[in-house]
Amino acid sequence: MTTTRDTLLQVEAEKSFDVERIRAEFPILNQKVNGKPLVYLDNAATSQKPQVVIDAISRYYLEENSNIHRGVHFLSDKATQSFEAARRKIQRFINAASQKEIIYVRGTTEAINLVAQTYGRRNFRQGDEILISAMEHHSNIVPWQMLAEEKGLVLRVIPMNDRGELFLDKYESMFNERTRFVSVVHVSNALGTINPVRLMISIAHSHGVPVLIDGAQAVSHGRIDVRDLDCDFYAFSGHKMYGPTGVGILYGKEHLLEAMPPYQGGGDMIRTVTYQKTTYNDLPYKFEAGTPNIAGGVGLGATIDFLNRIDFDAAIQHEREVFEYASAVLPEIKGLRVIGTAKEKASVHSFTLEGIHPHDIGTILDDEGIAIRTGHHCAQPVMQCFNIPATARASFALYNTKEEVETLVKGIYRVMEVFE
Amino acid sequence: MSALRELYQEVILDHNKSPRNFRRMEHPDRKVDGYNPLCGDHYTIFLKMDGDVIADISFEGAGCAISKASASVMSSMVKGKTKKEAEDLFQRFHDLVTGEADPTQDTGKFGRLAAFSGVSEFPARVKCASLAWHTLRAALETNEHRVSTE
Repeated sequence: MTTTRDTLLQVEAEKSFDVERIRAEFPILNQKVNGKPLVYLDNAATSQKPQVVIDAISRYYLEENSNIHRGVHFLSDKATQSFEAARRKIQRFINAASQKEIIYVRGTTEAINLVAQTYGRRNFRQGDEILISAMEHHSNIVPWQMLAEEKGLVLRVIPMNDRGELFLDKYESMFNERTRFVSVVHVSNALGTINPVRLMISIAHSHGVPVLIDGAQAVSHGRIDVRDLDCDFYAFSGHKMYGPTGVGILYGKEHLLEAMPPYQGGGDMIRTVTYQKTTYNDLPYKFEAGTPNIAGGVGLGATIDFLNRIDFDAAIQHEREVFEYASAVLPEIKGLRVIGTAKEKASVHSFTLEGIHPHDIGTILDDEGIAIRTGHHCAQPVMQCFNIPATARASFALYNTKEEVETLVKGIYRVMEVFE
Repeated sequence: MSALRELYQEVILDHNKSPRNFRRMEHPDRKVDGYNPLCGDHYTIFLKMDGDVIADISFEGAGCAISKASASVMSSMVKGKTKKEAEDLFQRFHDLVTGEADPTQDTGKFGRLAAFSGVSEFPARVKCASLAWHTLRAALETNEHRVSTE
């Protein structure tokens, strides 16, 4: 009995996360910038890609390239199988009930626009209300604003406190008989706040209102289970989760997707076409007009294989430790103000330095080989909320290390030295 | 560090810390907003004209050290200049920050503008350095009330 248990422990120990081995799988990390080893802390903008993903895309073009769902020939069949196998991997990764619920799109932005232009356009009437939050990315504001302008809808904003946490009591009180939809971000790209979306979804459902979750920043920092969340729609991008750009996913509950009109018209989304009438294809193809980003889908499938192989849970744990280390050391820097101090945060540390503009911080850190993002992070209303024009943002991924946090801290002291 | 030191020269740090002509102007003849949507830098430039001559200039707003120092140096250089002279300075400045001119060749030609020679090594910062100049140009030449470097 004891022996078995020890063996199990040993197996677990062997599986534990070795960050250097992981870093070796991301060739781009192994380079110098301005003569210094690259410290890549702009993961919220886009993450780097492991060799296996790059290889999968390359292999697709080398060996399988063909159009999908139409040819009877060998290559077309192979390409279709790879693309559809990736869809099933994505389905399992987020625990969706069916592959019909996995729609390939270009990214989170297109996923949100799709829902606004199909579900929203079909179901919302003048005076109807949509709830979004005070910490949305522009991509979860503008599609709703455009629809609101067209149809005379009211866009209402769930407020947040000065730590960057939503007021849940106010959220609950915003529901009325005109509330038709809630669209909120899971993890804020500007503040790092993890919103209690499971609770927010259940509140919305108690009022009979469906919810879309913008998961762009969430998928790579924790396990997503769409059935556990019970969200109606979940949107995310491949490129922020170690996958390729130009491919993303809209998850939607099957009965909602069934009832929605198509998004774009074209090939692949139809069943029959005559000049009098067109009938539409089944899910998920109804929403996938035109030749999709086949290599992107295949690459995203390879990304999920990668995350499963490396023990994603251990990777998340490692990233969390590095993130918490940064949470502890950054506020010790005199003159540094952390923007977004929610109790539940992931990946993102936004900050300002007294008397030094974020753009200057970014340039000087770059000279040290450190890549961060500076600016408003496509979240201008968030900046207005904190009464600042911009922030410097360091965002972490599973390949970052505590040593890199220390390099960042030294870099920030360098910034202050230049401006002394 | 040398390229960086070249960028953040003393003149720039000084003008960033204590910008000249940094105030709102009452009853300006012209007032134009300049905005860089990429980084959120925004300045308003106020002008008082005496015929073709810039009788007074001031600015307000917020942005990075490069953009603020550039607005400050510009304001102190164009005061009392004609539209044509200001336009010439703009051209020299533009050549300098885009790397088309070498200030070490003809130091007299650039004067205080030479402090911005380091910008050409940082393509991402050319827009910061140019924002105030584009705004001034709009104020002098067009009826636009808002310019953008995008």
